[in-house]
Amino acid sequence: MSTVAVVFEARSPLRRVTWALPVAVLLLALPYAIGAYQTILLAYGLIFAIAALGFNLLLGYTGLLSFGHSAYFGVGAYTVAFMVKYLHATSMEFFVAGTLVTSILVSVLFGFVCVRYTRIFFGILTLALSQVLWSLAFKFFWVTGGTDGLRVPAPSLLGLRLGAGEDKIAFLAGPYYYYVLALFFLCVAVMWVIVSSPFGRALQAIRDNETRAEFVGVQIRTYRLIAFVVSGVFTGLAGALWVPLNGLTTPDIMHWTFSGELVFMTVLGGFRTFTGPIIGAVVFNYLKTYAVGFTVYWQLFLGVILVVLVLSLPTGIAGTAARALARARRAA
Amino acid sequence: MDVFVIHVLNALLYASTLFLTAGGLSLIYGVMRIVNLAHGNIYAFGAYVSAWIVGSLLAGAPTAVLYVLLPAGALAAALVGAVLEPTLLRRFYKRAEEYQLLVTFGLLMILEDLMRLLWGPFPLSASALFENIGSLSIGESLYPGYNLVVIGIGAVAAAFLWAFVYRTKFGVVLRATSQDMRMASALGVNVNRIYVQAFTIGCFMAGLGGAIIVPAQSAVLGMGVDALVLAFIVVVIGGLGSLEGALVGAFIVGVVREAGITLFPEIELAVLYLMAALVLLIRPAGLFGRA
Repeated sequence: MSTVAVVFEARSPLRRVTWALPVAVLLLALPYAIGAYQTILLAYGLIFAIAALGFNLLLGYTGLLSFGHSAYFGVGAYTVAFMVKYLHATSMEFFVAGTLVTSILVSVLFGFVCVRYTRIFFGILTLALSQVLWSLAFKFFWVTGGTDGLRVPAPSLLGLRLGAGEDKIAFLAGPYYYYVLALFFLCVAVMWVIVSSPFGRALQAIRDNETRAEFVGVQIRTYRLIAFVVSGVFTGLAGALWVPLNGLTTPDIMHWTFSGELVFMTVLGGFRTFTGPIIGAVVFNYLKTYAVGFTVYWQLFLGVILVVLVLSLPTGIAGTAARALARARRAA
Repeated sequence: MDVFVIHVLNALLYASTLFLTAGGLSLIYGVMRIVNLAHGNIYAFGAYVSAWIVGSLLAGAPTAVLYVLLPAGALAAALVGAVLEPTLLRRFYKRAEEYQLLVTFGLLMILEDLMRLLWGPFPLSASALFENIGSLSIGESLYPGYNLVVIGIGAVAAAFLWAFVYRTKFGVVLRATSQDMRMASALGVNVNRIYVQAFTIGCFMAGLGGAIIVPAQSAVLGMGVDALVLAFIVVVIGGLGSLEGALVGAFIVGVVREAGITLFPEIELAVLYLMAALVLLIRPAGLFGRA
């Protein structure tokens, strides 16, 4: 783990803005250039990017590999579904607020248990706890709809509701996309502040050398717990945003194989960089969507990509690109 | 009383296949320190091969012949293990656990679809063996005789494995490698060979678990992923890397499953996962593991 060079330190904040600005403009303008289907697909990618961003606070910055992040994604999704079913709520802001509460509750509870361990035990413990939630969602069908899932209609955004005759696709590709995009920008900004803060540096210190960090005075378990909760909240928020887009939530998103997909996205993009998980999530979403559309053997395709990736490009897309860029600059 | 006997037999039935899958997983972790997420798919592969040979390729052959051929799935699984370890997994022992988990997760996806590719999306059954053996009456109820065969094979496999690990020269070398790979290597043990052998045995056990369950249940896609999490629970309760632990864990999980299905079916799985989490909290190394 320590052999991979940390590449995100070298750039100044100003440089980052020059990178981020064109991307932001592109994301704002894209719905006008591409069709509704592509816009919705991109919205899925951005939502997974929020989840992967949260996940990577644990893997990339704190050095803890969770195999149970599907739990928080599912908590977000089911919070929204329950609010629709039992409270008859429609406001997206209300959903987001509700998800923040539930995902904090669940991740504090799970985190308190899990951060006592590291390495493989942490991974298995997170996996076991997420499977508890999955099995509950699966078995208590009179509450959760079981494998049929729960339907979630189009929510109202900032008080504006979708009219009776209006097209849902146009809603999802229009206002809802921008809603997701706004929260995506917010999440990226918040995460950037977190990882650049002294707290973020302390997490990296814990990752690199636990004993040293402890001697410097870092409260390891507390810091890990906070990172765990922040990570869970980001992933929960992603789940809440995902549900109206998908229209339905099923226990599948709580299953540990979905946690595996989150790990996949993050490593595909590169877990040692800030932008890696974002790129990885968007790319993974395209890969999976097209592979599923192209062949029933999409798992085979993705599996081969994953194996080749860990064999030959362990730093992911972002890490490999950064290294290629550095080499090109040295050559020039 | 009859009902109680049937519950006990069912618990033993679960424990028998659980021990085979979890024992293999634990053996592999104990020797190589690698958690193989594709282990459940090896089990499923064993089930598919046996179902294919016994249920469709040679359907209608005499029952005795079918019994002899049933372990073919275990051999096929062992072959897969013998190929995978040196070609792929060996590169990952020195790398971070993240990569080990990821590469085996990739293998999980690949194997899942290879089975779909080879045998199609429909369940594959070999129920002739299950039906031919008939059933025996316990009190007023009937109990399938084949289940007793599964329990018997599980017991024999456990005994063989114990003898193999604790009573043979190979077992001594295996345990030495498990305890201290570098020291064993320095004393002249060919660690690479031990690794491939241990991995093959682990896969053989998983494949055997799949092969013997397939006459009673069909081989279906997704059975591997389900089996993996159950094997995880067993191994976590018993202790990663401990064979005794896998045996005791399999009994505990078998009993809880059987009790759960009759008494608290809704939370049966949740109780199992919570048990695993609880054991990890109190004794992270499991009941029988070394920290």
